[in-house]
Amino acid sequence: MKSLEELKAIRERMQGQVGMRGEEENSIRVVVGMATCGIAAGARPVLTAFSDLVQEKNLTNVTVTQTGCIGMCMYEPIVEITMPGKEKVTYVKMTAEKAAEVVESHIIGGNVLTKYTIKD
Amino acid sequence: MYRSHVLVCGGTGCTSSGSQAIINALETEIKKNGLETEVQVVKTGCFGLCALGPIMIVYPEGTFYSMVKEEDIAEIVSEHLLKGRIVSRLVYDETVADTGIKSLNDTAFYKKQMRVALRNCGVINPECIDEYIGCDGYEALGKVLTTMTPDQVIDTILDSGLRGRGGGGFPTGLKWKLAKGNDADQKYVCCNADEGDPGAFMDRSILEGDPHVVLEAMTIAGYAIGATQGYIYIRAEYPIAVDRLNVAIKQAREYGLLGKNIFGTDFSFDIELRLGAGAFVCGEETALMTSIEGHRGEPRPRPPFPAVKGLFGKPTILNNVETYANIPRIILLGADWFKSIGTEKSKGTKVFALGGKIKNTGLVEIPMGTTLREVVEEIGGGIPNGKKFKAAQTGGPSGGCIPAHLIDTPIDYDNLIAIGSMMGSGGLIVMDEDTCMVDIAKFFLEFTVDESCGKCTPCRIGTKRLLEMLDNITKGKATLEDIDKMEELCYYIKDNSLCGLGQTAPNPVLSTLKFFRDEYVAHVVDKKCPAGVCKDLLSYSIIKDKCFGCGMCAKACPAGAITKTDYVAPGKKLPAYEIDTAKCVKCGACVGTCKFKAIVKE
Repeated sequence: MKSLEELKAIRERMQGQVGMRGEEENSIRVVVGMATCGIAAGARPVLTAFSDLVQEKNLTNVTVTQTGCIGMCMYEPIVEITMPGKEKVTYVKMTAEKAAEVVESHIIGGNVLTKYTIKD
Repeated sequence: MYRSHVLVCGGTGCTSSGSQAIINALETEIKKNGLETEVQVVKTGCFGLCALGPIMIVYPEGTFYSMVKEEDIAEIVSEHLLKGRIVSRLVYDETVADTGIKSLNDTAFYKKQMRVALRNCGVINPECIDEYIGCDGYEALGKVLTTMTPDQVIDTILDSGLRGRGGGGFPTGLKWKLAKGNDADQKYVCCNADEGDPGAFMDRSILEGDPHVVLEAMTIAGYAIGATQGYIYIRAEYPIAVDRLNVAIKQAREYGLLGKNIFGTDFSFDIELRLGAGAFVCGEETALMTSIEGHRGEPRPRPPFPAVKGLFGKPTILNNVETYANIPRIILLGADWFKSIGTEKSKGTKVFALGGKIKNTGLVEIPMGTTLREVVEEIGGGIPNGKKFKAAQTGGPSGGCIPAHLIDTPIDYDNLIAIGSMMGSGGLIVMDEDTCMVDIAKFFLEFTVDESCGKCTPCRIGTKRLLEMLDNITKGKATLEDIDKMEELCYYIKDNSLCGLGQTAPNPVLSTLKFFRDEYVAHVVDKKCPAGVCKDLLSYSIIKDKCFGCGMCAKACPAGAITKTDYVAPGKKLPAYEIDTAKCVKCGACVGTCKFKAIVKE
């Protein structure tokens, strides 16, 4: 390594990874339901898609985590997104493709994709 | 890209309680469940809560599993990592709140701590330079080499008020300034990692958990004073730390962060390890440098100080591991940030190895000025078994005791010296009412007698005589005049010894004499050990009227000192037993066997 730029490049690449080990109060939380029902309905690729995208796009303030059964097994895979100071948004019947859309539109853009949210 | 990181402590404490087996089991189970591309297992340095090892944290949730066993791993992987259900029965109980799982930083152990030197310990994989860089590693070195002059670096360290963490408390910036001021064709930067105080393991944990921080800081120091070569003198008894340092040095060289023309500048610097062979005196600076040179590790008189004539006769700076661990943060965040932590004359934080009669044995880092009470009662979780706090010992064999009535003393360099102890390198041993202070003084003195190098007479013979006097006291063979004579000898050794080892060796005796003189008097006049520790002053006996004659004690006695008598106590059916004090070896084995509390120790 001969320059500060190279050091910076490594730092930025690694920050996305080690950043997970802090406890941010103001972070956006993406919670994927990963109980038996969720996994059976295909939650695993959804979870992988979220965590890959968050790290690829270097979204350091986003935490992707998993939870158990939320209780609406017919809507699995379910993903909940909490932004600081806003109400929780629940997406249902998710897929990896939908996850990519949610990352772009909701997490980065701030626009909730109501077409995938839970209907009353 | 991993969605979850499982951090397992790979420090010496957790390694001895089996963390490597945990890591192996985790990797097997993760593979079995097909999670190897989603979950990363990271072996880190010390988390601090060694009493609860092996320790494991799962991120992003931050779930803290303590005392993990190999057989629990399958459950943790299939429940938590696969299905997202935290295995609450294995979670550290302090993090379990009514509202769910609390953050680790909110637990009593971590809440009052402030991690500067230990910042990356338990967070990064110490064998991965990229993770260190991801936590701002080597940024301070880049800043120093490309934007600062050596004088600016020294001024920043001077201004920060950082003082040597090895115990002496000499201002680090001043040390650097003196070494820079001396012109020479070659200068050296040394790191003292010969941590020898009984019960102290701060430096080991930093080297095991974050070795690159020491390499980075030494390189910065090299730039500041104009040195091109560094040596880390580390004891061979720290195999894990030695391994990780070797890995770190290799990685830093590969990245060009050690070697020639660092960051494209004309500054070159390299570091080598030197292993100490276990002599305590080699922690003393002149002895340490003599040992690096390849000679027998013995101190020499100062002046000349190392800043003038040190290693191989060249200007040298020698700083402790923890001191170095503070440097990159000071460079990055500024002297004002560092000055904002701590007390008027002691800035920053201090790492302590908390041990002895305390619930949370482990490693803690606190801002200077934190009181001993906060450390013992809050961070340390108090004394186990409902016993009372009697004293805390700081500074190891060079330090002294802080008695219970001074428990509210804010911990910093000057306060500790004022009450007759010292900061030392950071060992903090907590003692409860079952500890005999004469015995403690004797313990530390036995250590210094063993470790005295023998070069100067006051230390070689003085400490030996002092130990003999203490031994007589614990055997009830001394008089009150002996105590006075012993005190006089202490001052003689202090004033006349060649190096720090001898000059501080009498401190444990002097400080226990100062605060616990009544215990010494009890040994001498009453021939009693109030804490019931000194065997020669103890005697065991059976209260015959309480004895039911079951004979359990006689069975337990290894010396055959307990026999049946003819006496049957009123209301009892069998004859009572008695102890023959001439045969008794005072092992205490009988006491535990008596259900009727008929055996007393006094």
